Amino acid sequence: MSPEELTAAIDTLIRDHPPTTTDPHDFLGARFDAGLAWVWVDRSDGGSKAAPALQALVEQRLTAAGAPHPGAYNPIGIGMCGPTLLAHGTPEQRAKYLRPLFTGEEVWSQLFSEPSAGSDVAGLATRARRDGDEWILDGQKVWTSYAHLARRGLILARTDPDLPKHQGITAFVVDLHAPGVEVRPLRQMTGAAEFNEVFFDGVRVPDSDRVGDPGAGWRVGTTTLMNERVSLGGALAVRAEPGSDILDGYRVAASKGEGNPVRRDEAVRLWIEANVNHLTAIRAAAGGNRGKPGPEGSVLKLTTAEYNRRAAEFQVDLLGAAGALVPGYEVRQPTLPYGSSGIPATTTWFLRTRANTIEGGTSEILRNILGERVLGLPGDVRVDKGVAWKDVPR
Amino acid sequence: MSARATIGNSASAGVFSEEQEELRRTVRTFLERTSPEAAVRRLMETDEGYDPAVWKQMGEQLGLQGIHVPEEYGGAGFGFVELCLVLEEMGATLLPAPFFASAVLAAETLLLSDDEDAKKELLPGIASGQTIATLAYANDTGRPDGAVEATSTPSGYTLTGTRHFVLDGALADLILVVACADAGPSVFAVEKGAAGLSAVPLSTMDLTRKQADLSFDGTPARLIGAEGAADGVLDRVLWMACVALVNESVGGARAVLAQATRYATERLQFGRPIGSFQAIKHRCADMLVAVEGSRSAAYHAAAMAQADDPSLPVVASMAKSYVGEAYFSVAAENIQVHGGIGFTWEHPAHLYFKRAKASQLLFGDPLHHRSVLAERFGL
Repeated sequence: MSPEELTAAIDTLIRDHPPTTTDPHDFLGARFDAGLAWVWVDRSDGGSKAAPALQALVEQRLTAAGAPHPGAYNPIGIGMCGPTLLAHGTPEQRAKYLRPLFTGEEVWSQLFSEPSAGSDVAGLATRARRDGDEWILDGQKVWTSYAHLARRGLILARTDPDLPKHQGITAFVVDLHAPGVEVRPLRQMTGAAEFNEVFFDGVRVPDSDRVGDPGAGWRVGTTTLMNERVSLGGALAVRAEPGSDILDGYRVAASKGEGNPVRRDEAVRLWIEANVNHLTAIRAAAGGNRGKPGPEGSVLKLTTAEYNRRAAEFQVDLLGAAGALVPGYEVRQPTLPYGSSGIPATTTWFLRTRANTIEGGTSEILRNILGERVLGLPGDVRVDKGVAWKDVPR
Repeated sequence: MSARATIGNSASAGVFSEEQEELRRTVRTFLERTSPEAAVRRLMETDEGYDPAVWKQMGEQLGLQGIHVPEEYGGAGFGFVELCLVLEEMGATLLPAPFFASAVLAAETLLLSDDEDAKKELLPGIASGQTIATLAYANDTGRPDGAVEATSTPSGYTLTGTRHFVLDGALADLILVVACADAGPSVFAVEKGAAGLSAVPLSTMDLTRKQADLSFDGTPARLIGAEGAADGVLDRVLWMACVALVNESVGGARAVLAQATRYATERLQFGRPIGSFQAIKHRCADMLVAVEGSRSAAYHAAAMAQADDPSLPVVASMAKSYVGEAYFSVAAENIQVHGGIGFTWEHPAHLYFKRAKASQLLFGDPLHHRSVLAERFGL
């Protein structure tokens, strides 16, 4: 589809389904049916066979028209699981799962991390055993955002412990309402419970929900993780006026006599960093790599996470003694649409940003990825290389 | 002061056309052939600091000195973005040549002047490379300030005073001087060998870019544009110069990252390539982050400069601060990654380190530019 045809399709969508008055799920359904979900894929998958770079055009025009953003209704599904299904799902899986995923009618979560397999995701221990046309899942996952709201999840499980760790993993779509699934909130240092622990006790998954070949799960997982970094980095970096919150914070402090040359310089330095990240995000998107995430995602994830920590610390410092006040530590679980609860109090944000350099790949892991996959530096020492998973110490 | 902090239309940042990429490849191939490290080292030890034969080829075969000069003034008629792209490649090889002084500072000053006669007369020589020109505007701290007095006499103007840190000042055939006339700061042209003109070459940290102090003592000069018109022109020239310099710096930063990466892959210690150790690998990753951020800032600033976008002063200061620090940090890290050999005269690491620091100090250092931004934002 050409840019002109795409523009016409967007205009038709907006005309037939007024974005601000139509129910968000209905609007997103119409958007999917119009081939404007992921523009570069087939019509049956919610696309128009258009150039990937044109996705930005769709997002811009729809945002300008006040349309609901699918990511707000299904953050993990839109950012990570959907792109993974597009890349690795069977036609039947794509037909069954993509539309309700896109509309947010079925919220998705990602079940990769485990208590003993965080940065070393491939060391995971959750088992899946074949039983006829089904698989039986046993184990525990952790750090699963939105699992308490999710209908489905993308899970990595160990299907052959005799193989080296990367080779014995298989990916599945799992029904989180199935018998044997238990979701428990996990309270964080902010007091909130955004994440969950999820327990699997003899959970049955049909073989038709296997994503990719048995033993090929690591490749599926890598697609998800790369998309996660694009999603996290991009979401943090692309803002209307990057860094304006920092300048505003300093102005308020200065008006109370709390300004000084050092803080002023730091405010401008942070403003510059926010804008440079913003420009990098745009440059990455303009490179036309949507649907095929490249190293820019890892660069952005790293810089925005580090930026967020420093920016939050700066804002708390500007508050002086009041910076130590918190709105409370009550247990809260996030709801959807995401972002509707408003911007968290400065101190809560300050606490939350300590997770930014850990979640979705720690800054150390991201530096390894940049060093090895982008710069081509030699790999880390791996004492578990070629060793059967069951023989690796843990 | 209402100061909306904005960086302009960011949609145009850093996407190059096939034609621009072709230009980049051509310039890169030319520089790899004509400006290898051995040539840089030979030329940096000379007083002139450039190779006239290479300079001639640049002008006659590639038309680089006039790349962004309109065709009506003898140039190739490309935009400022193309000039920046050429500078990036020059920065990568540390080409020793009066290119920045002539093609950026002097050409921009003339282009931004309202003096059609001067443009028609002086730009073609600069564009072809036959004239080497520069701009003399700074006081003894490098700021665009300080008094060179212009006196109007029946036979024309004369200048008296001293300008400092003039790029390629001892070499230039044509010197554009900012001096104070009755109506205020004005731009004047002085020719090499003019009466009362003396040049003192400076001993500078960066041997690949020459500087001189120029003194004028009743030196005859030609007024460019109107008397008192220099302020607006000089402001804008210096913003353009910042943008040009950060794009040149991106090339240098790219080059040192490549050096560090190659060395970390080849150098063995404790039985392994040092790049397999996270202490080194993570330094290299941070260098990559600095280079990518520099690209984003520099390419965007070039686009805004070309578009004459009102955000130019903001994006120029932003880029000068960010890229200035980024280039210096990667050049410094490159020495550290190389260990002892990186600290020797024979290794190129110090050439880039010195260029990075000297470039950081030209046209205002990062702290200065953040202070300028703070003022602009009303902080």
